[in-house]
Amino acid sequence: MSTLEPRDLIVRVNGEERRGWAQPRTTLADFLRDELGLTGTHLGCEHGVCGACTILVDGRSARSCLMLAVQAEGHELTTVEGLAPVDGPLHPIQEAFSAKHGLQCGFCTPGFLMSVHELLEDDPDPDEATIRRFLSGNICRCTGYHNIVEAVRYAAELQRGAAV
Amino acid sequence: MSTVETREPYVGRRIRRKEDSRLVRGQGWFVPDRKLPGMLHAAILRSPYAHARIESIDLSGALAVDGVVAAFTGDDLTGRVGRFVESARKEVTPELLEAIAGTVKPTPFPVLSERVVHWFGAPVAVVVASDRYAAEDALETIDARYEPFPPVASAEAALDADAPVLHPELGDNIAARFRVGSGDVDAAFARAPRTLRRRFVFGRHSANSMETRSVQASYDPGRCELTVWLTNARPHLIRSHLSEMLGLPLESVRVIVPDMGGSFGTGVYSEDALIPFLAMELRRPVCWVEDRRENLAITRHARDQVHDLELAYDDHGRVLALRDRFLVDVGAYNAYAITVSYNAAAHLRGQYAIDCFSIEGMNVLTTKAPVSPVRGAGRPEAVFALDRALDLVAADCGLDPALVRRRNLIPPQEIPRPMGMPYRDGAEMVYDSGDFPAQLEQVLEAFGYDEWRRRQAEWLSQGRRLGIGISSYVEGSGFGPHEGAIVRLDPGGRVHVVTGAKPHGQGLETTLAQVCADELGVEVERVTVSSGDTSRIQYGIGTFASRSAVTAGTAVGIAAQRLREKVLAVAGVLLDALPDELELADDGVVVRGETRGVTFAEVAAAAAPGPRSRLPAGVEPGLEAQYYFQPPTVTFASGTHVTAVEVDEETGVVSVLRYVTVDDCGRMLNPMVVEGQIHGGVAHGIGSALYEESLYDEDCQLLSGSYMDYLLPSAVEVPPIEVGHQECLSQLNPYGIKGCGEGGAVSPPAAIANAIADAFRPRLVELNRVPIRPEAVLAAVRGSH
Repeated sequence: MSTLEPRDLIVRVNGEERRGWAQPRTTLADFLRDELGLTGTHLGCEHGVCGACTILVDGRSARSCLMLAVQAEGHELTTVEGLAPVDGPLHPIQEAFSAKHGLQCGFCTPGFLMSVHELLEDDPDPDEATIRRFLSGNICRCTGYHNIVEAVRYAAELQRGAAV
Repeated sequence: MSTVETREPYVGRRIRRKEDSRLVRGQGWFVPDRKLPGMLHAAILRSPYAHARIESIDLSGALAVDGVVAAFTGDDLTGRVGRFVESARKEVTPELLEAIAGTVKPTPFPVLSERVVHWFGAPVAVVVASDRYAAEDALETIDARYEPFPPVASAEAALDADAPVLHPELGDNIAARFRVGSGDVDAAFARAPRTLRRRFVFGRHSANSMETRSVQASYDPGRCELTVWLTNARPHLIRSHLSEMLGLPLESVRVIVPDMGGSFGTGVYSEDALIPFLAMELRRPVCWVEDRRENLAITRHARDQVHDLELAYDDHGRVLALRDRFLVDVGAYNAYAITVSYNAAAHLRGQYAIDCFSIEGMNVLTTKAPVSPVRGAGRPEAVFALDRALDLVAADCGLDPALVRRRNLIPPQEIPRPMGMPYRDGAEMVYDSGDFPAQLEQVLEAFGYDEWRRRQAEWLSQGRRLGIGISSYVEGSGFGPHEGAIVRLDPGGRVHVVTGAKPHGQGLETTLAQVCADELGVEVERVTVSSGDTSRIQYGIGTFASRSAVTAGTAVGIAAQRLREKVLAVAGVLLDALPDELELADDGVVVRGETRGVTFAEVAAAAAPGPRSRLPAGVEPGLEAQYYFQPPTVTFASGTHVTAVEVDEETGVVSVLRYVTVDDCGRMLNPMVVEGQIHGGVAHGIGSALYEESLYDEDCQLLSGSYMDYLLPSAVEVPPIEVGHQECLSQLNPYGIKGCGEGGAVSPPAAIANAIADAFRPRLVELNRVPIRPEAVLAAVRGSH
């Protein structure tokens, strides 16, 4: 098959089966944004450093700019749009980022939210050093990370509270 | 109808941002998020050489690629699209030029290179295709041939008598120069007990907003209307450029800027006009999204200054005179006149009382990407030079660096203080407010300076190198000439604010709503702020120069006051009361102390034109007010930073352990937002100090084309940032606001360099160039004595 021949692709995103066309070379990020209209996933560098395009693939964070759309078949994807219902309350991580001013321009934010989601799944009460180390794969130019770290701690608190 | 309780003002409170809800849900609107029907995608062929003559460009291969619709070179555009004429040059008045013995030569730049390319990454051809993948495939088939010319790799090389002249019509590579000064500097140096002379170099870096630039354009040939969506915080300026360059009436061009993923600087770029041209030419919407490789090569490069600074001082560390001659490597086109270089000169003396000075600045053309103003815009470079020099004064006199600063700071009783030169807007430069000694003491106290000095000695006894560094700055903020606001009340009682100050992520939708809500006496939840659309307000300047809170904040406040007066006047007719007997409540206007009132819907109906109008005599229909604030000149914000670093003597690696700031940005509209600005600025400054550099080799080939080579600080490199405030109100606007967007980025390079050097005291380790990479630390330590 030519690398340019588009093929019909079915993926599971945010709990739903979604269908679209993708060339074998189409990145997952472009597929999510252009084909499925999930534009909350942002492209900051397209070479896997900035982390803006981070999504969850079977619950683990992944760079959607470094994955091909065709590789997503058979996997469960979660994007920022899947964190909270469209008109419903914010997810605790989203709530914490807003409450602690952990975002400014908001461009890198979806990637951070998805990374934090993974972190808190693994460690419900991370210390500051753990948070900073874990988030070193996401670049933010606005916040200086200070309030992002605060937000992660607060999100952990909210989630632990919710779990009780 | 309920009467209003006296409400705590919104200004000054940590109101959660209105922007957040859509942004955390992934519902923001960044330019590439929306697709227009039938939209084509452009990709740009860029010069692989820094300096070359274009011999030929054969597009036939590209045009044969499946999906390609069209392709153009610079020749195809000649005579059809104008050049970008630098707006900053037009802003420099003849009076200012005369006062500063200044020259600024024009260097308008073409949309696509014509005949000669002047930097790596210069655009030479564009391909338009059905999708971006096809457009990029086509780029690879273009046969472009060049005759390489010798590069001009640095500002100093550009001044060599035998250096190639980039733009022969200019005569040489000096694009601009000026001199400012006061007092008999030569005599002061001749008399001074001590002098020093050093070279301070601030490397080139770039703004690196996380969103790259993008442009979409659509042309309606039936109405001759062009609509452009792009990532640029100056929509009205872009509209003016497009009107001139594409030959369209101003009102036929609409520029829309939706959410922006940062900017940290300003600038106009080829694609801003190229993509609209393509949309007009092809009669199809066209989109272009910059990739990061392009961004690192061409977008918002900055700094790149070399200062030869001299200080004359006495045995007590008091500075008697200053002399500085500096070069700015502006790259291939001097797009910003003297904006950055003059900023550097105006802010060089900072908080210090140095009245005898001579400063000469020169903008020099080289074969690198054109530079633009980026967060700090000349101030980080100047502050790096002077604050490093002050630490050398301290070392020479055997004094503590904090003491040398105490001895040189301008005392509060001298404020307001003329500074012996004009500001860039032509007004006399005057520090209008501030208390610098109190600021220094506050930050030293917050830092625990004496305690950390003890810790330094203790660590040294354990073989660990701890250093402490101080730096301070002033910042002329709230640059004019104006910013406006329209405030409108709808029948449902909601307030709509429109401003020309387009934010790029700072939270203006919230902070301006706070000002408006206070002036109208309504809940902040009822106020919506919009910007970034030239069709909604006639004039606008935009976001840069730490200006939006000052200029747009004041405009919104005064427009809201005027709207309030109008609402009360109309309500007064309906209630048969005097306006000063009335007040705004949550759902309408009430007579103070009574239950009598009218709803906003009733007031709106009475204010509308038509038979039901109940307007007082002489009042125009509509519940709307507009105001343009025109500040007399800039207002001076300031800040002082203290940091502690640990230096690994074996590896040269520097870790920033602690970072404490105290800033004075006058009245804070929202301290949470101010602190966020400082945090981000400091992180940017840490990047400038230790990591970030847009590097070229001797042929001016870019070496930092990816994030593996261009290092941005992550959460690991940036420590917690402790922010304190001082509030000396501006004297130049009714709210006392001063800007805070850039200050955080100004002092870190100086403070960190000072701290690294301090870690080796009493050895004199000189770190006079940033960024300071580990190898530079090791070299400096080896070369120290």
